[in-house]
Amino acid sequence: MAEKRKIDARGSFCPGPLMELIAGIKAANVGDELEVLSTDRGSAADIPEWIKKVGHELLTTTEENGVWHITVRKTK
Amino acid sequence: MKIVIVGGGMGGTILGNNLARRLHHELRTGKVRITMLSASDRHMYQPGLLYVAVGSMMPDELYRDQAGLLEPGIVFHVDPVENFMLDKRQVKTKSGAVHDYDVLVIATGSRAVMDSIPGLAENAETFYTEESAVRMLKRLRGFQGGRVVITVGVPHKCPMAPLEITFMLHDFFKERGIGDKVQLHYTYPIGRVHSLENVAKWAAPEFDRLGITYETLFNMKEVDGKTKTLTSEEGSSCKFDLLIAIPAHKGMEVVEKNGLGQNGWIPTNRTRLNMEGQENVFVLGDTTNLPISKAGSTAHFEAEALGENIAAMVKVGSPVRDYDGKVFCFIEAGKDRATYAMFNYTTPPDPKAPTRAVHWFKVAYNKLYWASARGLL
Repeated sequence: MAEKRKIDARGSFCPGPLMELIAGIKAANVGDELEVLSTDRGSAADIPEWIKKVGHELLTTTEENGVWHITVRKTK
Repeated sequence: MKIVIVGGGMGGTILGNNLARRLHHELRTGKVRITMLSASDRHMYQPGLLYVAVGSMMPDELYRDQAGLLEPGIVFHVDPVENFMLDKRQVKTKSGAVHDYDVLVIATGSRAVMDSIPGLAENAETFYTEESAVRMLKRLRGFQGGRVVITVGVPHKCPMAPLEITFMLHDFFKERGIGDKVQLHYTYPIGRVHSLENVAKWAAPEFDRLGITYETLFNMKEVDGKTKTLTSEEGSSCKFDLLIAIPAHKGMEVVEKNGLGQNGWIPTNRTRLNMEGQENVFVLGDTTNLPISKAGSTAHFEAEALGENIAAMVKVGSPVRDYDGKVFCFIEAGKDRATYAMFNYTTPPDPKAPTRAVHWFKVAYNKLYWASARGLL
């Protein structure tokens, strides 16, 4: 059964939100949803870029009080 | 109060010594007991493995006797924990001994997992263990030229290692007189050459200047030893004559077997450093799931904050400070120049141009580390 997981990468300069997501996706099962929380403005661009390149599914991108919430689904 | 520290690496050792100094009186009067449970009687300075791989340190320089690093008053057992019984406030060791605790600290570290990528273990060199670093050195000494590919798994210990080994390999081959016969090619998982933006802004022009090529958004998928080809999750591939891996890491198996955290990473409060849902269980260093660098300095600064807090809990019944996410990493930029990056949860690093002075400070720190471990520096 698919799970929903949260990756709290606020304040992460190193390894950073995208690297945290990559590690999270490796550990997840196909169909799982992962929500990344990031205070890095660049995440709104570089996470979707990587998701598109690898072929996972970008579900939502929202910003609230300086925190980006980016949700993706592992597809393979 | 019974304080049990599981793990005798950098975090556990610095914490134990910090606590023993702060609670000297309480230890002497029997109000506090500090017990350390470790898998080894030796303590390794893990950052030194990078230097072993290029022949500038010998393995025996990396070890000290663990008992000799600890303050008197710390009860030390070489008897690793196998069962965490958090509901009973007990841990059980390999020998069958059961230790009660009031405060538990888990600092068991992480391990490189070469077999997470098909073909990687059989076809790549790495330097995260003594054995692999020595093997890599021999391979480098015998290498006569060709394409050297550096590849990086996620997550990995020591975030500067990918850059450092690349710059050090450049100087290693140049010094051997075969620099013109070696093409270094660097790959990295995200869209720039390092996770820290300011470090990437410094490193990419350095790569260009030195003729080091690079490909970003490259996450290892598999290695074909017959065709000497590395392919990525992103669909690209590259040929190699020599493959150097910074492999993905996991936490220790005992963490996962006890259901404390997926892949061996324990969910941890980012400022108080307690295990989520456990007020009296704390986590240090690589073992946390915090989104910060898996590095010795992280364990060091966490241990200092936690030492202050646990001592304050003993003395006044309350912690006194938050861990602010502080990390400090040296960055070797070759065999004789280095810079550094310092940052926390709110302030990014701003690395300066590499200098010989910082390199020599790092060389000195490789010896001074033992004073750090003893809690003196």
